[in-house]
Amino acid sequence: MKLRGLPTAGLLLFLGGCNRVALLAPAGPIAEANRAILLNALSIMLAIVIPTIVAALVFAWWFRAGNRKARYDPGFVYSGRIELIVWSIPILVVIFLGGVIWVGSHRLDPARPIMATRPLDIQVVALDWKWLFIYPEQGTASVNRLVVPTGVPVRFSITSASVMNMFFVPRLGSMIAAMNGMQNQLNLRSDADGVYHGLSAQFSGDGFADMHFAVLSLPTAQFARWVDRTRAAGPSLDARAYAMLARQSQDVRPFTFRAVAPGLFQAIVGRETAAGPGPQAGRGGPQVSPVTPGGLE
Amino acid sequence: MKLLGKLDWSAIPIHQPIPLITSLTILLLIGGLLGWVTVKRWWPYLWHEWITSVDHKRIGVMYCLLGLVMLMRGFADAIMMRTQQAVAISAPGFLPPEHFDQIFSAHGTIMIFFGAMPLLIGMMNFVIPLQLGVRDVAFPTLNSTGFWLTASGALLVNASLLIGEFSRAGWLPYPPLSELAYSPGVGVDYYLWAIQISGIGTLMTGVNLVTTILKMRAPGMDYLRMPMFCWTSLAANMLIVAAFPILTATLAMLTLDRYLGFHFFTNDAGGNMMMFVNLIWAWGHPEVYILILPAFGIFSEVFSTFSSKPLFGYRSMVAATLFICIVSFTVWLHHFFTMGAGADVNAAFGIATSIIAVGTGVKIYNWLFTMYRGRVRFATPMLWSLGFIVTFSIGGMTGVLLAVPPADFVLHNSMFLVAHFHNVIIGGVVFGLFAGLTYWFPKAFGFRLHEGWGKAAFWFSLAGFVIVFGAFYVLGLDGMTRRLQHVDVVEWEPWLLVSVAGVGVMLLGVLCQVIQLIVSIRSREVLRDESGDPWDGRSLEWSTLSPPPHFNFAVLPDVHGREAYWTTKAQAIEREALAPEPDYSPIHMPVNSATGFITAFFSTLIGFALVWHIWWLVALGFVGAYATFVVFAWRDQEDYEIGIDELRASDRERRHVRQNWLERRR
Repeated sequence: MKLRGLPTAGLLLFLGGCNRVALLAPAGPIAEANRAILLNALSIMLAIVIPTIVAALVFAWWFRAGNRKARYDPGFVYSGRIELIVWSIPILVVIFLGGVIWVGSHRLDPARPIMATRPLDIQVVALDWKWLFIYPEQGTASVNRLVVPTGVPVRFSITSASVMNMFFVPRLGSMIAAMNGMQNQLNLRSDADGVYHGLSAQFSGDGFADMHFAVLSLPTAQFARWVDRTRAAGPSLDARAYAMLARQSQDVRPFTFRAVAPGLFQAIVGRETAAGPGPQAGRGGPQVSPVTPGGLE
Repeated sequence: MKLLGKLDWSAIPIHQPIPLITSLTILLLIGGLLGWVTVKRWWPYLWHEWITSVDHKRIGVMYCLLGLVMLMRGFADAIMMRTQQAVAISAPGFLPPEHFDQIFSAHGTIMIFFGAMPLLIGMMNFVIPLQLGVRDVAFPTLNSTGFWLTASGALLVNASLLIGEFSRAGWLPYPPLSELAYSPGVGVDYYLWAIQISGIGTLMTGVNLVTTILKMRAPGMDYLRMPMFCWTSLAANMLIVAAFPILTATLAMLTLDRYLGFHFFTNDAGGNMMMFVNLIWAWGHPEVYILILPAFGIFSEVFSTFSSKPLFGYRSMVAATLFICIVSFTVWLHHFFTMGAGADVNAAFGIATSIIAVGTGVKIYNWLFTMYRGRVRFATPMLWSLGFIVTFSIGGMTGVLLAVPPADFVLHNSMFLVAHFHNVIIGGVVFGLFAGLTYWFPKAFGFRLHEGWGKAAFWFSLAGFVIVFGAFYVLGLDGMTRRLQHVDVVEWEPWLLVSVAGVGVMLLGVLCQVIQLIVSIRSREVLRDESGDPWDGRSLEWSTLSPPPHFNFAVLPDVHGREAYWTTKAQAIEREALAPEPDYSPIHMPVNSATGFITAFFSTLIGFALVWHIWWLVALGFVGAYATFVVFAWRDQEDYEIGIDELRASDRERRHVRQNWLERRR
């Protein structure tokens, strides 16, 4: 894991990730609902699919050419009763599943707020090839590391400065696309302290494999301390720093900005800032594989 | 302006050993092959009997050959991807991103457009006229042109290995990544022109086969007497005619963006990349059914033949086929649930998607009941078909799972998704193709394929497939996304190693297929199909000799029932005699034409020149292609006559064979 600045976090992740399959080990209400609907739909279908597979193998074996006991009746080519059953089984399953789909889609609409407490706003910008997380109320920002308070709903507003990406933290649940000139809403909540793996689930070019980030879910008090520490040090994200940041770079180690120019996110969504500039080493032309620029230092 | 546009020596990957050595080896092989053909003086034979042939059977065989070669190329890409991910765990691996990205883009593009599609079209080409009891397709020269244009596209994709680069934007080049701003190289251009050229070929085939099935059936061959393969092919080709223009238009818009500074999908000037995603899947989802429907047809033939029973619930199957054909156009949004549409839209498309499973479910049950009270023979095609039922049921189920939007929200683009679509495409389409190849091979070449090696190939392929994609399902559930050049999560390592081992097992399956072909050719005298009907078949293709005469039928068969040839055989058995010798009358067959080959030659020039901005060559190519068309349009002789004597001689040979068969039955 690329968590050089935070060895303890790496350890936490290792412990948390051991012997667990991410989507089956939800760390929040959305992921839990995703899992529930996944397993429900799976069981509904397995109830039909397993008997079908077994029947196929049994029919084939019993009616093998060598079996003298099996009845051969080449005239058996139509049966209204069987046709009725054959059409009804899948139709009934689909009606049942249709209900699951309809209810689930509405209940788990990514834009639907998680009730209870006031959410924390985080603005997410997908860049080539790193993630920028802006905390508008706190006035800070973080690159390639997302820090959230445990138990507090988070409202993500997501966009992209260049190409399409997909914001996804498997253990927190639902993903949503990051697209240039548009913003998507996603509501998630982490219910357990820990470090989770976050990634882009949409191929976005040569640096895509490094478009992952650590998600630190901290107790509220610790989160507040992190915000204070962040405000105290580091560069400021103004127009110039943003233009630098928007340039292509790979394998960027996490760092934070102590301050963010107000309205930066809206400027990116509104295409007031220039779109990510694409390859600077002239990736194209007859040159086949010029090296894409390295880490941002 | 430079004479060669953007092309210069830097386009050759001199510093990249993998593509360089691979392409030089391929060039050497091709050179050796051409040299061999020259030494053996086979050129006249190849030119007259194959390259300029408009015989649907020859074109079908060439399509299949192209598809098989491309399947190997795509499999080589797969081996590299699996190996890279297995060694690039917290390490860079041996393939840099700019190379890895080309490989997975090429893998998808080649497997769908130049592997699966040519094999399916080849099989439809070969089988449909024989099953319908006619002598050729509706437009024979168009058929040849369609094939050569497909070959031209395949050539362009493979040329990119040595000259320049291939697309690094995936098999469907989502903008803005595929726009000039983010992909300034020639890779996306290679993709665009290769797909456009072969896409025109596919559209031609679609038009041709739809017309053939609708207008050219033997006397008495009503719609509801057609073999199921003809029905599913009709549905697939109607989908081609309806869907491929969307692909052409969408890629044309991207081309305009890249070449002429348009802004359909760019980030600036009002472009909207979501429209590309929307349009490409409006083609892409029907495309899935273009692939699977003919395979369903193959399975129907195989289940019925090897159960010695007519297909169960024929009308139900026709209804299910047409149901799938129509509904397949109403579900494309499920490819981008996570793009941010509202809950109502997502739910509507999720339900529409699961509704398709009704048609597929009905088909599976009807195949089950075809075996029920049958006499099942476990020949190789039947093994592939049974393997299909098991794997496809699982793949279909995970597909419906992905159609549930909240489940897709965590599985979209994951290894689970990759597992799902390989589950249906390998378990459905590829197993179907192998079943079909083994089933119709004796008809095409006059001898059967070796059963032992065929069965070994089946078991290795099935086992390897289960290992690879079983591991993928787990990886997907563990949150792994696809297309990662390297991996930083150590928990994924064991499953990545499992999957690379599975690829090794699949490789054994591929080797068995190659050995099977070699062994079968060497012992072809033993495997010779003397009867023309090696499987005790039911439809008209088995009534001809193996291989059939180039005119297929000396006299068009008169069809009296659903299982045309089975009925004829039953009558012959009952009467203990063949039907009386018919009256022969001269027939007309289309003359060979080099039009397709020459047009495709110029199309290749056009495509290559457009990729490299060699404008004079583009103009030359267009002039050449148009001139070829004009020469074709003004040709004097369209067909030639086959006299009664030749027909009688051929048919007597066939009747002699059938008489022997009848006597052996007594």
